[in-house]
Amino acid sequence: MSMIKRFKISFSRMFDKLFKKKGACIGIYGPPNAGKTTLSNRILRDWVGNEETMGSVSHIAHETRHAKRRNEVSIESNGHTISLDIVDTPGLATKIDFHDFMEQGMSDSESKKRSKEATEGVIEAVKWLEDLDGVILVMDSTENPYTQVNVTVIGNMEARNLPLLIVANKVDLPDADPGVIKEAFPQHPMVPISALDGVGMDSFYEALAKQFG
Amino acid sequence: MDLISEAKISQMASMEKVRYIIDEVRKGKILVLEKGLNPMEEAKLIEMTMSAIQPDEFSGIEMQSYPSNGDASILGKLFKKQGNKRLTVIGPANQLKTLKKDRNLISALVSASK
Ligand SMILES: Nc1nc2c(ncn2[C@@H]2O[C@H](COP(=O)(O)OP(=O)(O)OP(=O)(O)O)[C@@H](O)[C@H]2O)c(=O)[nH]1
Ligand SMILES: [Mg+2]
Repeated sequence: MSMIKRFKISFSRMFDKLFKKKGACIGIYGPPNAGKTTLSNRILRDWVGNEETMGSVSHIAHETRHAKRRNEVSIESNGHTISLDIVDTPGLATKIDFHDFMEQGMSDSESKKRSKEATEGVIEAVKWLEDLDGVILVMDSTENPYTQVNVTVIGNMEARNLPLLIVANKVDLPDADPGVIKEAFPQHPMVPISALDGVGMDSFYEALAKQFG
Repeated sequence: MDLISEAKISQMASMEKVRYIIDEVRKGKILVLEKGLNPMEEAKLIEMTMSAIQPDEFSGIEMQSYPSNGDASILGKLFKKQGNKRLTVIGPANQLKTLKKDRNLISALVSASK
């Protein structure tokens, strides 16, 4: 290959990188029920409109059992626009007991089916980790943050040198203590929000642009 | 409760380690790994745990390890003092319900393993 041709190819790659701004692909991770889908839906409501949603929300864990991707969401913050592909993932867990679903009033067969699908969802979420450019890790501020799920997600991002933003969700609840989350993972940026009522979303978008823009 | 020494674990390939842990935990054992798993192995362990879950037989694992660096938390400091090892406790979920929340239990396990 001639010098010039080679130069042209690398130049066009550089051009793509600089100007096309192919949106980074960002996964929304966290334990079941942390509010990942609620947050995804709010992001779409704020920046896409059209009543488009990412998925259904439920107080019963493992509501999301398939990862869902929404491409090219344009988000504006401080005069800059970034385009992100956003993936809402099934809640990560190290255990799934169908009895927990039965306690929520589901039948035996429904509970076993949900449990089976939930295990597959977790595997899907773990596999997605390899194809992302960054992660938003959503935690419930009323819960203990020292969990294996949180440690594993953070460890994988650190090992790959990829950006991470921690979201301390549900700050509207009286027991919420986002300070505990900050204390647990002081090396990463954290924003306290309520995905449900929208508190803290401006700071969230600012942090998003800073981490992934 | 079985203490798995660093020497034993470091001889195994990642896949062997994860397989070994799942097999032991499914037998009902609680393992204390002197040196934990790396983040990719932890992810693999979560995947394999999910595939092993069977209704009324095996509902998964409870596992606790600690962030390796930049950890200013109480637990982090506690573990740094013990020689900067990522000590990890793994057991069947139905037997270790308290592991996640009870810091005293974890420190008890730490002192028991020394
Ligand atoms: N109070 C309060 N509740 C919230 C907030 N965000 C989500 N929730 C509630 O938490 C529950 C779980 O929300 P989801 O958005 O389904 O959680 P998820 O993380 O997507 O859960 P999975 O898909 O099961 O992993 C629902 O009952 C939500 O209404 C919040 O900011 N505050
Ligand atoms: Mg969801």
